[in-house]
Amino acid sequence: MPVLSASNVVRRFGAVTALDGVSLDVEAGECVALVGESGSGKSTLLRAFNRVTEPDAGAIRVDGQDVRDVDTVALRRRIGYVPQDGGLLPHWSVRRNASLVPWLEARADAAAAADGALELVGLPAAQFGDRWPHQLSGGQRQRVAMARALAANPRIVLLDEPFGALDAITRSDLQQMFAGLRRRTGIAALLVTHDLHEAYLLADRIAVMRAGRIEQDAAPATLIGAPATAYVQQLLERAHVRPEGVR
Amino acid sequence: MNGARPLAAGVVLAALVIASSATAQQSGAAPGSGRPIAIGSKPFGESYLLAEVFAQLLEARGHRVVRRLGLGGTDIIFPALQQGAIDVYPEYTGAGLLVILKAPPEPDASRVFDIVSREFRARLDAIWLPPLGFENTYAMSVRTETAERLGLRTLSDFARVSRELRAGFTADFIGRQDGLPGLTAAYGLAPRSVNALSPAVKYQALMAGSVDVIDAYSTDGLLARYPITVLQDDRHFFPPYDAAALVRGATAREQPSAIAALTELSGRIDVLRMRRWNERLEVNGDEIGRVARDALNELGLLAAATDTSAAGGAAGASESSLWTYLWGRRAEIGRLTVRHLMLAGVSLLLAVAVAVPLGLAVSRSTAAPAVVRGVGVLQTIPGLALLAFLLPLLGIGVVPALVALFLYALYPIVQNTVAGILAADSGAAAAAEALGMTSRQVLWHVRLPLATPVIMAGVRTAAVLNIGTATLAALIGAGGLGDPIVAGLALSDARMILSGAIPAALLAFAVDWCLGLVQLAVTPRALRSERLP
Repeated sequence: MPVLSASNVVRRFGAVTALDGVSLDVEAGECVALVGESGSGKSTLLRAFNRVTEPDAGAIRVDGQDVRDVDTVALRRRIGYVPQDGGLLPHWSVRRNASLVPWLEARADAAAAADGALELVGLPAAQFGDRWPHQLSGGQRQRVAMARALAANPRIVLLDEPFGALDAITRSDLQQMFAGLRRRTGIAALLVTHDLHEAYLLADRIAVMRAGRIEQDAAPATLIGAPATAYVQQLLERAHVRPEGVR
Repeated sequence: MNGARPLAAGVVLAALVIASSATAQQSGAAPGSGRPIAIGSKPFGESYLLAEVFAQLLEARGHRVVRRLGLGGTDIIFPALQQGAIDVYPEYTGAGLLVILKAPPEPDASRVFDIVSREFRARLDAIWLPPLGFENTYAMSVRTETAERLGLRTLSDFARVSRELRAGFTADFIGRQDGLPGLTAAYGLAPRSVNALSPAVKYQALMAGSVDVIDAYSTDGLLARYPITVLQDDRHFFPPYDAAALVRGATAREQPSAIAALTELSGRIDVLRMRRWNERLEVNGDEIGRVARDALNELGLLAAATDTSAAGGAAGASESSLWTYLWGRRAEIGRLTVRHLMLAGVSLLLAVAVAVPLGLAVSRSTAAPAVVRGVGVLQTIPGLALLAFLLPLLGIGVVPALVALFLYALYPIVQNTVAGILAADSGAAAAAEALGMTSRQVLWHVRLPLATPVIMAGVRTAAVLNIGTATLAALIGAGGLGDPIVAGLALSDARMILSGAIPAALLAFAVDWCLGLVQLAVTPRALRSERLP
């Protein structure tokens, strides 16, 4: 049973159809990258899974349950979430930020869970725990956002362009870090990115979106070797991704 | 959002309960013949002086008195009399007829007195004592030299030659129907030019020859000072403004001996006397208690023994420097400052208790702009108008002052609360919500802490505004540093004005600085800049 499942999801914003009958599954432990240009609907689809966006039609299931049948707050607390800008609370310390979800769940070990998650993302709590977000670099802030998403040990994490605003070297470091922690935790991930290289590097499957529809949903090698549509082909060419071009 | 409304309602309710119990206390002191007589005055020199004359006369006759001087115009002081906040004040029959009874004008002085006597007694339970003996009405005045040269004694004489003369009138007089337009119609005036002059300069303008006729008041002290002739209103265009003591009916019944004492003044003060006393007060800057004492002595109503000692004591004070003056009044200034701080502080705390929850409640809703605008409308009501509006509900004194200041303080706080909440880091709030904070938790743990510096800035604005506005409280007898400001303005006494204005300004600085520290304390540590308050 997929941990995340969208079937025939439609979402309109006024005259604009952001999602036009999209279906997508993410299996347990799997990392699926949603790739596409701005406005292709990839972030909207991601946000439908934690009910930040409500579909106009179709169904969203998490762990097999229709999200409309479960409490929204409880649903969100068991799904990790990393936005592009990190979204850290500027008035909370690094440790307090990381402990957000365990604290909301009133867990006694919230601070310990936060420290564990900070270790996992490469920020030793003893060194970074008491700092303020504004005292961190952009990459460090995204690591804290990642730790916050993972501290309550969710089985699923949603990442919305998590490395998009970082410089190339930092981005590469964080990608390595993310790949490593996925290996260790086996967490399922839905990763929204406009960067095909990143998708290729991190994902088990890539879904290419265009105008609210999925053009192709395939393993990276399949996608690159056999683009299903001219658009996918074009996207690959523009990104200079070729079968021999990637490692 | 639903929780904040009952809270706001509760705070308002609490304020009203405090208000009504305080009002009850005021009137609770009423019965019993030993009760002090509360004497009021309007905020201009002659009214102060007459009230002080009333007060000293009553004291000399063995009555205890309370002075509540400088209450804002007729619209405020007469309701205060009816409600028993004061027992007596000097009023003018013309104002009683036109402003209070809203009756048509009537030229005959004794008829006006008959009308107001009858109507006030029957409908308003207030008693006009027999007039003091002088009128204070518009007095068209020319240089005596002009009057002699052109043979002017009356306004009809003036009308004959008005084409050759230049007029300098106050803007108020030029605009009022019972001013220049009516006068022009009644006498067929056509001055060569009409210049708008401020009251402060009209006498200088007349004496310097810049204008030939001005609208004076018949008892202005300056009329006694310059060679000026007042033209007789031979067609009785101006309604009679005979001065008299206006007494609350209940007081007249309970304390007849006090009322009898006040009638000793009836018919004793003619216009020349009043002019001379006004001159001492407003032109020479003599101390009001001393002028009143000398006036009563002149009328033979005081034992001479009380005169010399008091007059000697006051003489030194009028020549001392500002700082000596302030130092000499330090106990009084301290008392007024404490009262002022109480007025501004209590109203501010109530406003914070209402405005912050209100701002939080509406900030996330589409109603926010409407609510902010609605509260903003309160801000546009002039202070005196708001006080006059509250008067029928709350009387005069501390309670209506607190309510008015509370209403004025709401706007900057609601405005800044809404702005602060909306400006709070939306990325952080959105992420917190997406990770499972309830919207209430987002408000409480994210938006509110991030908005505190902005909200506190609104509170500081409100506090400084409140300290300034609280000086108006003097006009409804609530005390505070406005007392010497209002009295000083009425008596043209700059030192007296400064003895209220300087402490008020210092108080505003001090309170703003203290609230700056509070702002620093409530701002989340990570958001504090190095700036001091």
